[in-house]
Amino acid sequence: MRTRPAARAGRAAQYTALIGYLVFLAFPFLWLLSVAFKPARELGSLHPTWIPKHPTLANFRQAFDEQPLLHAASNSLLAAVSAAVIAVALATPMAYVMARQRTRLARAASGWVVVSQAFPFVLVIIPLFLVLKNLRLIDSVPGLVMVYVVWALPFALWMLVGYVRAVPVELEEAAAIDGAGRLRTLVSVTAPLLAPGIVATALFAFITAWNEFFFALVLLKTPEKQTLPVVLTHFIGTEGVADLGPLAAAAFLATLPSLVVFAIVQRRITGGMLAGAVKS
Amino acid sequence: MRTRALIVAVLLLLAGCTAGGGDDDGPVTLRFQSLAWQEESVQANKELVKEWNATHSDVKVEYIQGSWSSVHDQLLTSFEGGEAPDIIHDASDDLADFAYGGYLADLTDLLPARLKSDIPQRSWETTTFGDGVYGVPFLQEPRVLVANATWLKRSGVRIPTPEHPWSWAEFRQITEQLTGDGKYGVAWPLKEPVSATLNLSLSAGGQLFHRGADGKVTVRFEAGDEVVPRTVHDQVDTDHSASPTTLGSGGSDTLPGFFGGRYAMVPLGFSYRQQIVQQAPKGFDWQVLPAPAGADGLAQGVSPQTLSVAEDSPHQQEAAAFIDFLLRPKNMVRLALGDWMLPTGTQALADPALHTAKDDWATGTALAEHLRPAPAQSVRGYAEWKDKVATPAFQEYYSGAIDLGELRERLEKDGNLVLARYQR
Repeated sequence: MRTRPAARAGRAAQYTALIGYLVFLAFPFLWLLSVAFKPARELGSLHPTWIPKHPTLANFRQAFDEQPLLHAASNSLLAAVSAAVIAVALATPMAYVMARQRTRLARAASGWVVVSQAFPFVLVIIPLFLVLKNLRLIDSVPGLVMVYVVWALPFALWMLVGYVRAVPVELEEAAAIDGAGRLRTLVSVTAPLLAPGIVATALFAFITAWNEFFFALVLLKTPEKQTLPVVLTHFIGTEGVADLGPLAAAAFLATLPSLVVFAIVQRRITGGMLAGAVKS
Repeated sequence: MRTRALIVAVLLLLAGCTAGGGDDDGPVTLRFQSLAWQEESVQANKELVKEWNATHSDVKVEYIQGSWSSVHDQLLTSFEGGEAPDIIHDASDDLADFAYGGYLADLTDLLPARLKSDIPQRSWETTTFGDGVYGVPFLQEPRVLVANATWLKRSGVRIPTPEHPWSWAEFRQITEQLTGDGKYGVAWPLKEPVSATLNLSLSAGGQLFHRGADGKVTVRFEAGDEVVPRTVHDQVDTDHSASPTTLGSGGSDTLPGFFGGRYAMVPLGFSYRQQIVQQAPKGFDWQVLPAPAGADGLAQGVSPQTLSVAEDSPHQQEAAAFIDFLLRPKNMVRLALGDWMLPTGTQALADPALHTAKDDWATGTALAEHLRPAPAQSVRGYAEWKDKVATPAFQEYYSGAIDLGELRERLEKDGNLVLARYQR
């Protein structure tokens, strides 16, 4: 079948726009990568190049020599994974109830979830600090995880409520008619259909915790417990002057886990959430 | 009910995972939060902590890495929560609120006479709030002109020295002379225009903040305050001898253009020499010149780096003893070399290592005696005045959007309204 020239031009414009958008999105990461491999003299060039003329690993060496990056990364990983798992474990049953129970209380809870997202960090940090101090959870990764879970929970809940509502209630009713109990219905029918949503929510919680800076800065005192975003600021000096090469090298390493996690789970997120759920 | 029980169980479990209470036996442990960030500086600090720990079995110091970009918020939260480090590295212009808030220990009776007498009174003034001294000023840097030496030599202009600096008028004339063919005599990196302008204005007798007999501070933009802003404005808008594009840039942002031969000079902090050494193309000949002088000579304002002791620290004597160790003349020189800055201590400043021609250390060291407390050092409400009034006003003036009269009116009228709120 032949396509008309106007249609072909339209499609070309769409692809051009899409490629332009992808380049726009990828620019910061590619530039970070380029800077990470540039020697100091190339960083001061008036005509910067995409590809380093004399690529070097010196920035990576210096970054690792100066700061405990691997240790900080393992702290970040522990905090982010724990926060993601706990947040999803707590949010999933709550979301199910809120989605299925159309009561005034459920609606109020949904509203509160949205409102709670509006609180800025600085508003809560001092009361939170005092509460955690009384619980003797200052300067501890469990304390930080608890904060991350509390911080991620409202949005996780909000996301999951949407996913639960997208699961047709008729499927659960059909399972009940077929004799499945409440628990069996949840485990065998609802949970598999919710899986992509749960993965997406966990990913959101993971990335939020992985990138979080302010709570980690304030709550963790011992150098061995600091997370990666906090350690990255150690490459920045007075008046915003930065040790650019090592900072770029460390920041590049810091982005890798998020990219890897995305690469692993993105198919699960995008793979048709309800594919095959309803017979047509 | 079951949910509540679960939450309580989780909290107990998490609480159980944390470290237990403090142990009163054994040596005293002090936490020293350092903001050192350059490789050599971090190394110097860590080495000094190691040397202290090797010779003091009863008082151990734990090195904690902080960062300049977040130190204020981090300290504020730590103070509020009673978890501040014992020894605190910061800058003097960040101390006022902490000192007045009762978070920092008064060091007047804690420091040894040796240290007190070694640091000049003008430096102590930067950390004196009310009747107390709340930090030891130990490193400072003047703003200097970093120049393309080849360009300057070729042009035949008089090269200024600390003994014979350029006047502001001469500086304007020379930048005009150096300008042409798309190149500029100077590039002002004025992303933060207020502190740069105010600190350099001291040379022309600018004071801006005037404290009355009742102790209250008011803003008056007088003749001495006009010299530096007018010079910058005229270079950008009248002579076109200053690049208009760098007005919104930070110091580092101007370096590629400087190395690329686009600007003859860039006014920068003395410590920027490290970046220049690292990044300048091979064979690039640069030199440090003193900032221009006015009616008050080479005077300029600075906010030194400081070491303070937390009021809540149970070991203030030991913390002061560690500060004394860290700031012994030889150690102060090590810290200064690591940060590419000038020490405040008289003995350290006399060290031959800081008088070398290499990297123009000698030029900067010669400026040390002219450094004064930054004009806004102890003005309460300065931060808000700077952000809400002065920064936009200076930015608009430098870009040519408003004239000097409008700048004066905004700094004084709007500024005094802001300051008044803090001085009721």
